Amino acid sequence: MRVKLSAMRVRNDLVRRIEELSGQDLLACYQCGKCSAGCPAAFAMDLLPSQVIRLVQLGLVEEVLNAKTPWFCAACQTCYARCPKGVDLSRIMEAIREIALQERGDYLVIEEIPAEELAEFPQLAFIGGFRKYTA
Amino acid sequence: MAIAPIQRVLIIGAGIAGMQAALDIANAGYEVVLVEREPSIGGRMAQLSETFPTLDCAQCILTPRTVEVGHHEHIRLRTYSEVEAVEGQLGDFRVRIRRRAAYVNWEVCTGCGLCQEKCPKKVISDFERGIGPRKAIYTLSPQAVPNKPVIDRQSCIYFERGKCRACEKFCPTGAIDFEQEDAIIEERVGAIIVATGYDLYPLSLLGEYGYGEVPDVIDSLAFERLLSASGPTAGQVRRPSDGAEPKEVVFIQCAGSRDPELHKPYCSKICCMYTAKHAMLYKHKVHDGQAYVFYIDIRSAGKRYEEFVQRAMEEERVLYVRGKVSRVFRENGKVMVWGTDTLSGQNVEVAADLVVLAPAMVPKAGSDVVAELLDLATDEHGWFTAAEANLQPVETKRAGVFLAGAAVGPMDIPETVAQASGAAAQVLSLFAQWAERNGNA
Amino acid sequence: MRIAYFPGCTLNTTAKGFDNALRASFAALGAELVELPEWNCCGATFPLLVDNMLDLVAPTRVLLAAQRQGDRLAVACTMCYNVIRRTNNRLRSDADALEKLNYFIEAEYRGGVEVLDVLQILRDDVGFEAVQAAVKKPLTGLKVAAYYGCMVLRPPTEVAYDDPENPHALDDLLRALGAEPVEWPHKAECCGAYLAVKSKEATAEMSYRILSSAQRAGAQAVVTNCPLCQFNLDKQQLDMGRRHGGYQPVPVLYFSQLLGVALGLDTADFGWERHYVDVRPLLESLG
Repeated sequence: MRVKLSAMRVRNDLVRRIEELSGQDLLACYQCGKCSAGCPAAFAMDLLPSQVIRLVQLGLVEEVLNAKTPWFCAACQTCYARCPKGVDLSRIMEAIREIALQERGDYLVIEEIPAEELAEFPQLAFIGGFRKYTA
Repeated sequence: MAIAPIQRVLIIGAGIAGMQAALDIANAGYEVVLVEREPSIGGRMAQLSETFPTLDCAQCILTPRTVEVGHHEHIRLRTYSEVEAVEGQLGDFRVRIRRRAAYVNWEVCTGCGLCQEKCPKKVISDFERGIGPRKAIYTLSPQAVPNKPVIDRQSCIYFERGKCRACEKFCPTGAIDFEQEDAIIEERVGAIIVATGYDLYPLSLLGEYGYGEVPDVIDSLAFERLLSASGPTAGQVRRPSDGAEPKEVVFIQCAGSRDPELHKPYCSKICCMYTAKHAMLYKHKVHDGQAYVFYIDIRSAGKRYEEFVQRAMEEERVLYVRGKVSRVFRENGKVMVWGTDTLSGQNVEVAADLVVLAPAMVPKAGSDVVAELLDLATDEHGWFTAAEANLQPVETKRAGVFLAGAAVGPMDIPETVAQASGAAAQVLSLFAQWAERNGNA
Repeated sequence: MRIAYFPGCTLNTTAKGFDNALRASFAALGAELVELPEWNCCGATFPLLVDNMLDLVAPTRVLLAAQRQGDRLAVACTMCYNVIRRTNNRLRSDADALEKLNYFIEAEYRGGVEVLDVLQILRDDVGFEAVQAAVKKPLTGLKVAAYYGCMVLRPPTEVAYDDPENPHALDDLLRALGAEPVEWPHKAECCGAYLAVKSKEATAEMSYRILSSAQRAGAQAVVTNCPLCQFNLDKQQLDMGRRHGGYQPVPVLYFSQLLGVALGLDTADFGWERHYVDVRPLLESLG
C-alpha cells in the first residue's frame, strides 16, 4: 500500500507526543543507521532501531506501536553514545512504550512469570522490567 | 614570432565565470573583449534568488560585478553578440563577432524603459523560465547591464503585421531603429577564454514527471524566479496554475542526473545544495508549508554545505525522503507524486500543490558551435575537456585557449569563480611572459 | 578514609556476596564504606521521559540521605550508580526540577553530593598501586575478561569515569591483583538487562555473544561490577549448551570477590553458593 504523506500526517498528534515525551528532535536523525548497526538487541527486533525513527518521521506511529522493537530496547544507550546527531533513541523508545502502555495496557503480566524465576531475579531486573513494561 | 603577440583576450560568455575572468584581466591593465549572446550580462546567476550556503541575495552580490564590468575602461562589452569565426593561433587570433540587430540604437537609448511599458505584445519569458512574461521589446531585468532593450523580431507585432510601432512612438530619444541590421565586428586577441556555461536538461524527456503537461510542475530555475524579489511574483511563492500559495511542495532531485541508462550518467553536483536552499527558503516564506525532498544521496561536499543541509532538515523541518520519484501526474487539482522511502521500505504518495524538479546540467546550447570554431575537444556529453583533468583543469589542448566555469561540467558558483580566476591567471601569465620577451628584445 | 555508601537493594539480597566482599576489601585497604543509615530503592532505571518527575523522587531521597552524611556518596551497584548519578545531574542542571523534587520529598536537597562508583573510588582515592601493594595472594596466571556492561559508561557525558568505548579501570584493577586481563571486544556490550524478565531468549543470545567472545579471547572467568550483568551472564549459561552445542560454562564473578581473595581475606561470606556456574574450582586451582 502507498503511504499518503502530508503535512497533517508527518506532524500528527502522536508524533508531537513522542517528541514532547522524549524531548528529542526526530528530524535531527538523518538515518545513518549507526544506532541499528550497534544495537545489541537488533537481532531480536522486527524493525531496526533506525527504522523506528524513520517511521515516526513519516508519521507512521501506528506501525511503531505495533512493533516489537520498542520492547526489546534495553536502554543500554549504545545508540545514543555513538549517535552523530546526539539523538537519544532510548528516550524515543521510552516515549513509544509509554504511549503503547497507556493505549494498550501492560506489556508484562506478573502472573505470567513462573514463581521460581520471580524469586531468583535480582530486584533491579524485576523493578526495571516493571518500570519499562507496565503503565 | 614575427609580430609581437597581442596582449588582449577574448572571453566568450559573460556569466559569473566570464565576468570574473574579465575583471581579473582588465584590473591587471589588459584589454578584454567580452562577448555575450544575451542582451545583458550576468548569466545564470542573474536568475538566482539567494546563494547557498550563505543565503546571500544573488542579485545584491552580482550587481556590483555587472556594473563594474559594464563600466570598466579595459572591458569592451559585446552583448547580444556571438562569435562567428576564429582564425590564427596563440598570440594572434582574429575573431569575427556578429552583433545581432537589437532594432534599438543603444547609443541614443537612455534605458528609461518606456518602450517596454508601452509595448502591447506580451511574450512568455525565457529568463523567467516560462512562469513570467516579458514584452516583445525587453531587457532581461531592471538591473540589466547594459540596460538597453532589444526587439524580439519573432514576437514583434510590427515585424509580423507591418504596423504598431508603439515603442517608436513613445521613445523620448528616437532610439528605435527597425532598419537596424546585424553588425560584423573584427577583433584581434592573443588568448581566448571559453565560459559558455550550462543549460538544464530538457525535462520533456522525462515524461513520467509531467513537466510541460502539469502546470504546477516546474524546474529549479523557475523556482529561483518564484523566490526572487525581482521575479514575476515579486518573491511570493505562488503556483503557476492558479496563483495559490502551495502548502505541500515536493522537490525531486536527480531529474535526469545519475541515470546512465536513460539520461545523463553524471551527478550535476549543485542540485542537492540548491534544493536544500529552495526547501529552506520556501519554509521561510510559507511557515505552515510542508516541504519534501526526494533524493538518492545527498551530496554536500563543500565548505559549510553539509551543515546547511542538516539545517534544512532540522531547523526548517524539511522531510527528506530517500528514493526517486517514479511518477508525477495531476488529479483533483493536486499534483500526485509517487515515490518511495527506501529507508523504511514504504511506497509513498504526496498530494502536492507544487513540484520542483532539479534537472541535470547540460552544456549550454551552442557550445558545440564554439567547440568547433575553436577546434576544442568535448566529452561525450558536450562538456569542454581540459588539457589534463588533474593538473591543467583550465587549459585546453589548443595553445592560448582556456576554460572557465560550468562549460567544463557541473560546477557551483565558488568553484566557477575560482576556475575563472585560474583561467585569468593563465592568460596573465602568458601576457607577462610576452612582455618580458618583448622587453628583453 | 570514610565514605557514605549506598549498597542498593540487589546488593542487600541476591548480590550480598558482592557487598560483603566489597566492604571487607575496602576496610582492608583503609577505606570504610559507611552505609547510609536510611535508604530506599533508587528505582532501578533512570526515567527517560522528560516530564517523569515521579521516578526521580526515589533517587532524590537517596541523594538527600547522602547529603546528611557529607558530600560524597559511594555506590556499588552500577544500575543504582547510573540512576542516582543521572538524577543528580538533572537536579544540578535544572533548577525547576530541583525545586519540584524538593517539594515532593519535603526537604531540601542542594545538589552538592558527588556520586561515585566504588571502582572509581578504588582507582582515584585508594589507588591501584596501593591495592597492588596490599595484595597477599596474587591471582597469578588467572586469565580474566573484564566486563563493564553499560551503566558506568553510558551516556558517556553523564556517567563515564573511564573511556566509554575502551574502558580499562577494571582491567587495571585486575592487573594490580596479579591476574591477566584478556583483550576482547565485548567489554561494554549490553547483556540485555531487564529484558530478562520478558524476553529470556533475547537475553540468552546477548549473554552468549558476550561469554563466547570472552572465552575466545582465552578468559577463564568473566569479572564484572554490575549485579544485573552478573545474574544474566551467570544464569543464562545453565541451558546455553542446549542452544549452542559444545558451550562450556565460565564463572562470572564480581570484582570485589577477586579483590578480597587477592587481599587474602576470609571469603566465607562472599556468596559463592549464589553462583549458577560454580566459581570455587577455578579459585581452588589458583592455590
